[in-house]
Amino acid sequence: MLTAQTALLDKQALLAALSEILPAQSVLERDEDLRPYECDGLTAYRALPGVVCLPETVAQVQKILRLCHSMHIPVVARGAGTGLSGGALPLPDGVLLSLAKFTRTLEIDLHNRVARVEPGVRNLAISQAVAPYGLYYAPDPSSQIACTIGGNVAENSGGVHCLKYGLTVHNVVGLKILTMDGELLELGGKTLDAPGYDLLALLHGSEGLLGVIVEVTVKLLPKPERAQVVLAAFSDVASAGEAVAAIIAAGIIPAGLEMMDRLATRAAEDFVHAGYPADAAALLLCELDGVNEEVSERIFEVRQLLLKAGATEVRTAKDEIERLKFWAGRKAAFPAVGRLAPDYYCMDGTIPRARLSEVLTRIAGLSETYNLPVANVFHAGDGNLHPLILYDANKPGELARAEEFGGEILELCVAVGGTITGEHGVGVEKLNQMCVQFNSTELAQFHALKDAFDPKHLLNPGKAVPTLHRCAEFGALHVHKGRLPFPELERF
Amino acid sequence: MDADCGTQLQATVQEAVATKTVLRIQGGGSKNFYGRVSSGKPLELHKHRGILNYQPSELIITARSGTPLAEIETALAEHGQMLPFEPPHFGPSATLGGTIACGISGPRRPYTGAVRDFVLGIKIINGKGELLKFGGEVMKNVAGFDVSRLMVGSLGTLGILLDISLKILPKPQSELTLAFQTSPRQAITLLTDWNSCPVPLSAACYDGEQLRVRLSGSDTEVRVTRQKIGGTEEPDGSTFWERMREHRHDFFNDTAPLWRLSVPPATAPLNLPGQWIMDWGGAQRWLKNPLPAEVIRETVVRLGGHATLFRNGPRNGQVFHPLPPALLILHKRLKSAFDPHGILNRGRLYAEF
Repeated sequence: MLTAQTALLDKQALLAALSEILPAQSVLERDEDLRPYECDGLTAYRALPGVVCLPETVAQVQKILRLCHSMHIPVVARGAGTGLSGGALPLPDGVLLSLAKFTRTLEIDLHNRVARVEPGVRNLAISQAVAPYGLYYAPDPSSQIACTIGGNVAENSGGVHCLKYGLTVHNVVGLKILTMDGELLELGGKTLDAPGYDLLALLHGSEGLLGVIVEVTVKLLPKPERAQVVLAAFSDVASAGEAVAAIIAAGIIPAGLEMMDRLATRAAEDFVHAGYPADAAALLLCELDGVNEEVSERIFEVRQLLLKAGATEVRTAKDEIERLKFWAGRKAAFPAVGRLAPDYYCMDGTIPRARLSEVLTRIAGLSETYNLPVANVFHAGDGNLHPLILYDANKPGELARAEEFGGEILELCVAVGGTITGEHGVGVEKLNQMCVQFNSTELAQFHALKDAFDPKHLLNPGKAVPTLHRCAEFGALHVHKGRLPFPELERF
Repeated sequence: MDADCGTQLQATVQEAVATKTVLRIQGGGSKNFYGRVSSGKPLELHKHRGILNYQPSELIITARSGTPLAEIETALAEHGQMLPFEPPHFGPSATLGGTIACGISGPRRPYTGAVRDFVLGIKIINGKGELLKFGGEVMKNVAGFDVSRLMVGSLGTLGILLDISLKILPKPQSELTLAFQTSPRQAITLLTDWNSCPVPLSAACYDGEQLRVRLSGSDTEVRVTRQKIGGTEEPDGSTFWERMREHRHDFFNDTAPLWRLSVPPATAPLNLPGQWIMDWGGAQRWLKNPLPAEVIRETVVRLGGHATLFRNGPRNGQVFHPLPPALLILHKRLKSAFDPHGILNRGRLYAEF
């Protein structure tokens, strides 16, 4: 549990043992050195780690894990720290294991179209390394300049192209992991499958609770001959939603299909001058890729569908520069919205696309109730919604109000048949909502699964899966439609 | 005919827990030949059937595990859609549940994805008789561990599959099969070349003489690519791929042990005696060979692959590739996490659990 904010019991003994494993400069323990590690991309939650370790070989990581295992010290693995759910939030009584020094590309195998890289290699760096061969790594989370592949696996990151090219789990073919007791396991490789249970899939999105990733083999794809983007403006969100359904019903799988509401569109336009129509209630970006002739035909088809669905304006990027400009606006949507208020809180629910209009209307209603503005950015193709709640942490009570508002949005996503997190993970942030999405037997199954990998509960404890007690406490505060969740549990 | 037998099945499992009875899960029985033999009281799933939700524009379908695979494929075809992993049926009685539990994908696998890539959510009964739901009907979902994908290929050893939600895809507008007369090495070189540029391949198989590739995409895409890569058009391409998928190709008409070798796709032709056929663009090699399992496995391991005794041969030994000790321990622990009494399909995957 996160509330166990006890400091390291025997820090001196730990430091002495670590000095046998790592050079002095790779162990940080003074407050000023620990400060940069106090949070990840979710800055509302902060804690100083007991010790930070910066190993650079697998053997060192193995020794650190064995040491912590024997001393019963919890370990939190960290990549670039760009995560948005507090998954890399340190523990005051634990070791923060930074994999930032694991930045080597170990092999580019052109014949089998895979690259073997260390976990600290940045997402974009993989595509850059293989670009000379006409290849790329498909998943492209917005943080791709900074985020690392190890973190991408831990969170099963998405991006704007996952409708067609899949999530991280669809693009990683092999992993090497260390379990908490220092055992090195190879999961998958360059083959298309592996014997036994699909642990490769299971590790994706496991948020550092099952193992420490020390090597990743990714699938490389040939760059499409041509990519082209169409921009469409709508005078209401519902029509934009219908346009999305119409495109997919026509048998077209766009490479990217993104939607922004009025507030997000305006913010992005003011920030990067992408050329977006500023009066649109909803903006849709639809990217098509493939062979040249194919893209031309599809663009024509998509334009017709968009107009038929009531688009007030449809524009095709006239060249590569304009295409990148259209995308720059979308990719900068978060920081752009960030300029509208001192702070923003990003949600990550996924909903069945057909319920979009209804969900956005309900969010607008909640926005009035909580008196906090909200901008919506939407991976429209796969139903992943990112409402950005604007608030000011310096105004008393606003953070708490934003969190409560966010919690209600996530519960709304679950109620319409969706999920509380599409790509950002549960971390520490959505533990309460996990109690809404799963019942106590399901949560107990998650804990049993965790026990199979880490019986001492030392890897990233307290994240991703709430304890049943926490859910019981949350339920006591939070009675839904007159029904008490977890009625079978004792109340505290 | 559609019926929800979830409650009855749960009661049966709870009773099995109480009486320590081992259960042998049975779908349509089309893949009884696969995996190790396992004994136990049969638990029939074929009555638990029916499509629960199919929304073409959402690209999702949810159905009960006993639903015939053919029924699902027919429903999808009516809307111009398909199961993207092109699963083999291996008989008319194939069910969705068996397809997921066995996790066997067809010719489209290397280009579109495997069974596990399209599983979005699952409802199961674990070995304690508990009804559990994981994932859902949305494309992106990272809440909790990905138990849904873990079930794929687990051969019923972790849970009884009740309902399954899948992502589906539109059928390609156009498909075309091309044949090339070529040597084994040249076949691999050609595939490697085509794979490193954007060619819309959706299947590739080499039978020792002919390399056959299937192109899928829009009419234009297929036409343009056909001009680029040459070859002779196969008049009845779809029948060829169906025969490959269903193992009705002459090669498979044999009682010799049939090995499935999973290797890195660009691996050169294997130095093993016996007849072979190469599928999945080189990543899956079928080998008919009476050699001891150890000889085959050693060869494949050196190449970074693994070997499954897919059909025929002894079904009570190491049918699946032996796991390294640490992984085997983890498998046993996972098995106990889902089935602590060891009552579900015991020994079907590995003798140890």
